[in-house]
Amino acid sequence: MSTPSCKDLIDFLDDYLAGRLSDPVRARFEQHMAQCPPCKDYLRTYRDTVELARESCRKSLALPEGMPELLVKAIVESRNGPLDA
Amino acid sequence: MESRAADTDEAGFVQALKVGDQQAYERLIREHAGRMLAVARRLLGTEDEAQDALQDALISAVRSIHAFQGNARLGTWLHRIAVNAALMRLRSRRRHPERSIEDLLPRFGSDGHWSRVLPAWSESPSRLLEREETRAMVRRLIDDLPDDYRTVLVLRDIEGLSTQEAAEALAISAGAIKTRLHRARQALRRLLEMEIVA
Repeated sequence: MSTPSCKDLIDFLDDYLAGRLSDPVRARFEQHMAQCPPCKDYLRTYRDTVELARESCRKSLALPEGMPELLVKAIVESRNGPLDA
Repeated sequence: MESRAADTDEAGFVQALKVGDQQAYERLIREHAGRMLAVARRLLGTEDEAQDALQDALISAVRSIHAFQGNARLGTWLHRIAVNAALMRLRSRRRHPERSIEDLLPRFGSDGHWSRVLPAWSESPSRLLEREETRAMVRRLIDDLPDDYRTVLVLRDIEGLSTQEAAEALAISAGAIKTRLHRARQALRRLLEMEIVA
């Protein structure tokens, strides 16, 4: 790769962020990025997207009311047959 | 020291599960079912199906607990079972062709440069995340991604599986995981942009 275009850079953005590019290719990417505000903005908002996805899905680990008892019953039944006739 | 105590505690817990101790089942649910339900919700997108997948997963885990060797933490093993139960339900319900995400991917001119001006995102993620309505909107947009892309994004970016672990769970190549993840992030980025910069 000589001088990467914007498309080249975006196509390999995941590899760039994951550190999978060789040092010379990485250096050319960074040179392009320094001179190209749209690519720099895209990289920033791509990272923001990953952060927004991760943080928005921080889990509520609570089970709905009554569910633990139903699950125990289902497990016991699956091993022993129905609890109640 | 604490780790050794935790290992001993987990070994005793697993043994209690193996002999069918009901208190161990209650502990299993108390300590692990919440996380298992959370991943099922993200993969399936509907509460009813997620709860069914959770029940499938717990029954499957108890039935196969004798095969648990302790090579991984119990929580990791259960998480994998929950992912598999959710994916199995997802495969069985898939009936329609997936919608294309091509129009959400970046566009370039014949010279390889941007073909449109990118709108600026004025707020930082931390600012956006302060609002519950924004977090709910992000979750809705993730749920709206086509299954093939949502599953990879959930497993890699939200659940933290490695490329190889996600490839094994989905029975596709590591290369396909990388490609789908990149496209899923790009599509989600564009969907977010359309909401944030409206």
